[in-house]
Amino acid sequence: MTLEVDDLRVYYRTLKGDVQALDGVSFGLRDGEILGLAGESGCGKTTLGKALIRLDGRMKHVGGSVTLDGQVLPIGEDAKMNPYRFKQVSLIPQYSMSAMNPTRKIGRMVRELLESRREKLDLDELHQRLELVELPKDVLGKYPIELSGGMKQRMVMVISTLLNPSLLIADEITSALDVSTQKAVVTTLKGFRDRGFVKSMIFITHDISLTNQLADTIMVMYAGKLAEKAPASTVVNAPKHPYTQLLISSLPEVGVRYADKRLTGIPGNPPSLLKPEPGCRFRARCPLAFEKCAEDPPPVEVEKDHVVACWKAA
Amino acid sequence: MRRYFGRKLLIYGLTFFMAVTVNWLVPRLMPGDPVASMLARARVAQPEAQEALRVYYNNLFGFDLPWWQQYLNSWGSLFRGDFGISLWAFPTPVADLLTRAVPYSLALLVPSILLSWVVGNRLGALAARRKVLDNTVLPVSYVLTATPYLWLAALMAWGFGVVWGIFPVAGGYSFSMTPSFTWDFFVDLFWHWLLPFSSLFLVALGGWAIGMRNVIIYELESDYANYMSALGAPQKLIRRYAFRNAVLPQITGLALQLGVLVAGALVTEIVFSYPGLGSLILAAIQNKDFFLLQGAFLFIVLGVLIANFIIDVVYVIVDPRTRVGMVGAAA
Repeated sequence: MTLEVDDLRVYYRTLKGDVQALDGVSFGLRDGEILGLAGESGCGKTTLGKALIRLDGRMKHVGGSVTLDGQVLPIGEDAKMNPYRFKQVSLIPQYSMSAMNPTRKIGRMVRELLESRREKLDLDELHQRLELVELPKDVLGKYPIELSGGMKQRMVMVISTLLNPSLLIADEITSALDVSTQKAVVTTLKGFRDRGFVKSMIFITHDISLTNQLADTIMVMYAGKLAEKAPASTVVNAPKHPYTQLLISSLPEVGVRYADKRLTGIPGNPPSLLKPEPGCRFRARCPLAFEKCAEDPPPVEVEKDHVVACWKAA
Repeated sequence: MRRYFGRKLLIYGLTFFMAVTVNWLVPRLMPGDPVASMLARARVAQPEAQEALRVYYNNLFGFDLPWWQQYLNSWGSLFRGDFGISLWAFPTPVADLLTRAVPYSLALLVPSILLSWVVGNRLGALAARRKVLDNTVLPVSYVLTATPYLWLAALMAWGFGVVWGIFPVAGGYSFSMTPSFTWDFFVDLFWHWLLPFSSLFLVALGGWAIGMRNVIIYELESDYANYMSALGAPQKLIRRYAFRNAVLPQITGLALQLGVLVAGALVTEIVFSYPGLGSLILAAIQNKDFFLLQGAFLFIVLGVLIANFIIDVVYVIVDPRTRVGMVGAAA
């Protein structure tokens, strides 16, 4: 196991009280595994991604632990987390277009960044990796503004993986891209894994069909909790959790016309996470809900590598 | 690049033309006749002699020509480097009066503008990261920047000069001294310079500190700062980047504030009776001295234009984005 997350709880501090954005999530990630993290807005997937590398000012580590390569990460303490960042855990951010300092030449920025982490810049290695993502060497002598959006994104992908981290978090990196570029990004990320630049990866997205192309395992979250985690094909073809089932059935299929049959969504909205009621958080929208759902459903491994948190599935 | 500077030079040229025209026009629109006041000062009793003098003066200064010819002549003499003869200090050439006054004005302006900018930026950047400093520097800066130049100058002259008697309140150097290259004279010069300089420096300082604090807080929240933090870069490096990027709008601010600072310096000079351009302009206005007023304003306009041009050039050097915009980005 590269990564072990155990009962992780991260809350947002607000004036009205704590928002329980991530409420007791446990999962593991094997060497070489790519985990697709899916769910609708506000389900806690970005919070989980941030919790693994850098909590922002409003976030608070309430409980649970994260173990990476046998070491417990001090995720609640910003300064103590620094030695792990970039080297063990790295991030490709949502905002690749503006992730680089606009007034520094890219090469110089990379060198200064590495020097500040007491790492030597291996120029040959950097050139090879640029070639791999089809960037010319001379981008290093350019300012970020001189690159196109796609080039900036590839540059950031190279920078983030330069120190061969054990875990790479890719947070919604395809949301701003058109479909053909999305495919290229997914292929590049797979290449990074296959060449061993990164050991394992968490790919956060709301796009299940894209996740399916890349991920070995898909984890679906709902309202701060794990709903279902299974190998990608199982989640897409034989989901057990009613939420996953509805999510998959609401995806359009290529070549199918939806003239006579409307594409169904999931009626209702996710619950407020400010003071959530006990019990299954999906039960207000769930077609299968019954009395038992007033109790919290524990995640159960229904078959090998297939975890579902639902009373009906177990 | 050449097109950019070509356009800039054209704009500066136009501004210069307008400024010279307004400079020529404004004194002539002021009520009163300078020749009449010169005659009054000359105390000539006989009407014939007075009439002869009037004709002589009018002819000497060209006031007997039609206005458009006076205007064209003023351009002609400007290009010959001839500023005319002062009416107030007749017959001293305006150029002599200006060369005597300009060093004093520059000695006040250049250090107060540059130092207040540098120190203000540092102070603002410090305030952005320490709560205690933020709670002290910011309110003080708001008070300073809202203070009118002449009010702080008058307050300091009264406090340090009159009440405590630490500093002299008037003049560029003591009346008992003659300008010379001696240590004593320079100390005296410095002592007279300190109060007007400090009042200018303090008022300008507040604005720069507030601006820098706000911009740097914005920069520290920006995406590149977040990305660097996520990659574990030390705060020192992130702050260095943020500071450098936050300085850019402050450079623009300097270009915008230059005129205000110069105007502030002129008023301050008058409060301290400092022998610079400000005092000269006051004398010129009181005595309806067209040529002196024109010359002094011309100097100020030229100074502000040149300083702005330098800032334009500096901006192109420090911000790669402006350079890319000029040659067309690869986008």
